[in-house]
Amino acid sequence: MQGSIRIRMMMLMAAFVVVCGWSAISNAAPPAPPSGITVKDAPNDAGTGLIVEWQLSPDDRKDADPRVVVRYEIDRLARPLKPENETPIKESKFAKVGEVNFQLAKYLDQNANRQHEYLYRVRAVSVDGESSTAVESTVAVQPELQYFDMRRAWYLVLLVVVGGAVVYFIQVVKSGKDLKIRKIAGLEAVEEAVGRATEMGRSCLFIPGILDINDIQTVAGITVMSRVAGLVAEYNASLEIPTCRSLVMTTSRETVAAAYLSAGRPDAYREDDIYYLTDEQFGYVAAVTGNMVRKKPAACFYMGAFFAESLLLAETGNAIGAIQVAGTAMPSQLPFFVAACDYTLIGEEFFAASAYLSHEPHQLGSLKGQDIGKFIGGILIIAGCLLATVVAVMTDPPSGLESLVTFIRENILGEKGFMP
Amino acid sequence: MKRTIPLIIASVTGFVLVGTFFIPYTRDWGDEVLEWFNILAAIAFILGGGNLMKLSLQKISYKRPGWGYAAVTIIAFIATLVIGLGKFGVAPVKEYPTYSLAGPYDEQGSGFWWIFEYVYYPLAATMFSLLAFFIASAAFRAFRAKNVEATILLSTAFIVLLGRTYAGVFLTSWLPDDNVLRLDNMTEWIMNNMNTAGMRAITIGIALGIMSTSLKVLLGVDRSYIGTDDG
Amino acid sequence: MRAFLENLDRRWIFLLVLIAVSTPILLKLTFPEAPSKQVRTVFSAIDDLDDGSRVLIALDYDPSSKGELEPMASAFTRQCALKKHKLYFMTLWPQGTPMVNQAIDILKNEFPDYEYGTDYVNLGYQTGGEAVIKKLASDLHGTFNVDANNEILKNIPMTQNLKNVRDMDLIVNVSAGDPGTKQWVLFISTPHNIKTVAGVTGVTAPTLYAYIPRQLSGILGAIKAAAEYEYLLIQNYPELKENPKAKEGLRRMGPQLVAHVLIIVLIIIGNIIFFTGRRQGTSV
Repeated sequence: MQGSIRIRMMMLMAAFVVVCGWSAISNAAPPAPPSGITVKDAPNDAGTGLIVEWQLSPDDRKDADPRVVVRYEIDRLARPLKPENETPIKESKFAKVGEVNFQLAKYLDQNANRQHEYLYRVRAVSVDGESSTAVESTVAVQPELQYFDMRRAWYLVLLVVVGGAVVYFIQVVKSGKDLKIRKIAGLEAVEEAVGRATEMGRSCLFIPGILDINDIQTVAGITVMSRVAGLVAEYNASLEIPTCRSLVMTTSRETVAAAYLSAGRPDAYREDDIYYLTDEQFGYVAAVTGNMVRKKPAACFYMGAFFAESLLLAETGNAIGAIQVAGTAMPSQLPFFVAACDYTLIGEEFFAASAYLSHEPHQLGSLKGQDIGKFIGGILIIAGCLLATVVAVMTDPPSGLESLVTFIRENILGEKGFMP
Repeated sequence: MKRTIPLIIASVTGFVLVGTFFIPYTRDWGDEVLEWFNILAAIAFILGGGNLMKLSLQKISYKRPGWGYAAVTIIAFIATLVIGLGKFGVAPVKEYPTYSLAGPYDEQGSGFWWIFEYVYYPLAATMFSLLAFFIASAAFRAFRAKNVEATILLSTAFIVLLGRTYAGVFLTSWLPDDNVLRLDNMTEWIMNNMNTAGMRAITIGIALGIMSTSLKVLLGVDRSYIGTDDG
Repeated sequence: MRAFLENLDRRWIFLLVLIAVSTPILLKLTFPEAPSKQVRTVFSAIDDLDDGSRVLIALDYDPSSKGELEPMASAFTRQCALKKHKLYFMTLWPQGTPMVNQAIDILKNEFPDYEYGTDYVNLGYQTGGEAVIKKLASDLHGTFNVDANNEILKNIPMTQNLKNVRDMDLIVNVSAGDPGTKQWVLFISTPHNIKTVAGVTGVTAPTLYAYIPRQLSGILGAIKAAAEYEYLLIQNYPELKENPKAKEGLRRMGPQLVAHVLIIVLIIIGNIIFFTGRRQGTSV
């Protein structure tokens, strides 16, 4: 009896040892390799990308718990393309170029170049770091250069249509056709403000935003500055322009000097009235508002890109009783200007300002072109919303309608380009 | 000539860079040009800084109104420059224990760090916090229920102002959590829907304005920003 | 009285704001928060990542907006550290360096096991604004050759195998303006499809809602959202309950509430004066 118990115990222990050993072996065993590797050129690039795709390892199951495969490692062999009639160049070795997580079967290698062709191999790696055998591509692939980024094809179409409309209307106006432009109260007020400053014998203050000259809002602000400076010169008032950037100071000086010259009063131009303060946002505001409180300008113009300083400037201007006109394309600052200034040019009005104030017909043509862009945008938004709503509401929408919505979403708004 | 050459440079550069957006091979050109601009702007600081010094010194020497402020500007400017460049208070790094200036100029405990921490930071924060005072005075003066639109705007402002604090939760806490009439839920709805729709419309207008202005600049229709041929 | 209110000197209003803001600070008033859907979305974006994921934390703000944004930056840092994520700090603002250092101080003081170079790295400040963001999409080592301590990135374990920002699992941006969230969305998250969340000032938040949810997973707008985030963080990680530094946003909601109520009262008073004046034939 005792002997049979001992034998049973021994058998049990042996079984335990086998099970433990087996599980230890099975934990350390490499996972099954992935399969079906393909390599193709990445589209829409400058010949720097290749896409490697494969089929997941059979051990990489979505619901696996615990997970057997944790990642895939991708190795690459780069073979320089030999010039003809030369001895073959010795092949280099496979080297790791990247890895992707489990359940992913695609890798984009963006560090390739057109002077090489490439072979790839992919390995599945287990949680213990064991690698499967590698699956290797058989055909070497060379990346190709694309001359046009098809994902941006629709951008080009819209650019040509809207840009074309702007250019077309500029030409139309140049040929003598009259265009009707609605009155913009804020811009009508510019002359009134300069006139008031002249009557009161006080200066005008112009702030061209706090960004540098590479920002289009600063450029738009400086074009408005040119008109304001012209008026100031005409009325024999004075104009002060503190800037937040050195390059803006230089550009402003050129612009104002030109405006004074055009107004026939180059002698009245004073370079030192256009000066640089600091690049630092709040340091600039402190200096400008301090100056405002001391000098009490009668008219303040804020035209350009503004951030948190908008309300600080405009409220100080309000406190000293200045007539204030602001224009910006920073949507977040518009409410502050609207609350504290007499007139505010909202977004596109600000960009229209220089054309409007110039009274030059060919500049006004650009506004009409802009309207065409807005019209097209409006039509596209309404049509897109209607179509998407109809497809979403209908239980069984016509397939044509559905594919049209998909085309808009994936080709026009997405990255698929012209072709469905 | 003084106007024509810059205009040609601006026009050619502009159109080429527009083209690079569509051509993969040239996609990085814009970044390269932006780096050139940064170098240019950094060098231009000498021009601006020099001008600031010149005007401030003139103000002091002629005792023009506000010359005291100019004096403060110059003292602050020179002190910061000297302390930063001279690396005052910078401890030597362990790799070069004998070189007292080897540490970074802005490390904790250095003179420059001290200026930043105890002068610059409080000053900047003070200026920014002035917004709270100015918002209150602007709200008191400007928010009037003059007409239907202004009244709607005002009601929305009240909802958002309350909904952005615990007051919103407290005042409508008797309603279920997901009830749309709760002030916090209404605030979120207003911001996500009404506000987003308005912002999108303004943004589209701005984008078109930018495009039109850029085209005018590139085509040379608007040349006011490049001064005059004379002088 | 009406005449006094009609011509009220703005300095009286400034005094009221001062009292409204300072009283709750002195009385240490705090209020419970109910995290909004937006805040929960941002929280989940970090929390749902696998432990040890790569997170880029770009702190694009300066001391002037520190009061509003620092609680967000701190909460993001704490949450990422609790999730053991690998953190890459950087800033595009010249005055942002101390902001990054303050976030790193949290790791040093509260997470002593976090090691520089293996768990977090400070890429520091890089000049160039949006050009830096664009370049990061293709080449990290070309953009930041060295870290903030002048150590070559190729020698740092966390960065030696990183190619570009596309290797990140998430981008967290705390921003007070440009360059900031808008540029990260336009040049990184949209073209390269990288999940991005942001913490922004109350003023800039409305302009960024348009990017949610496709281009931007979620945003924390203003101190209110920061306070809600801290509340949610403490609820999920009770070890932060006793840490007063983890409640900075919650602490700031007291002054916020009283100031908002004051503004509402001021607007109401302004309108009463306006309507009584109109009835009597004078306008304000």
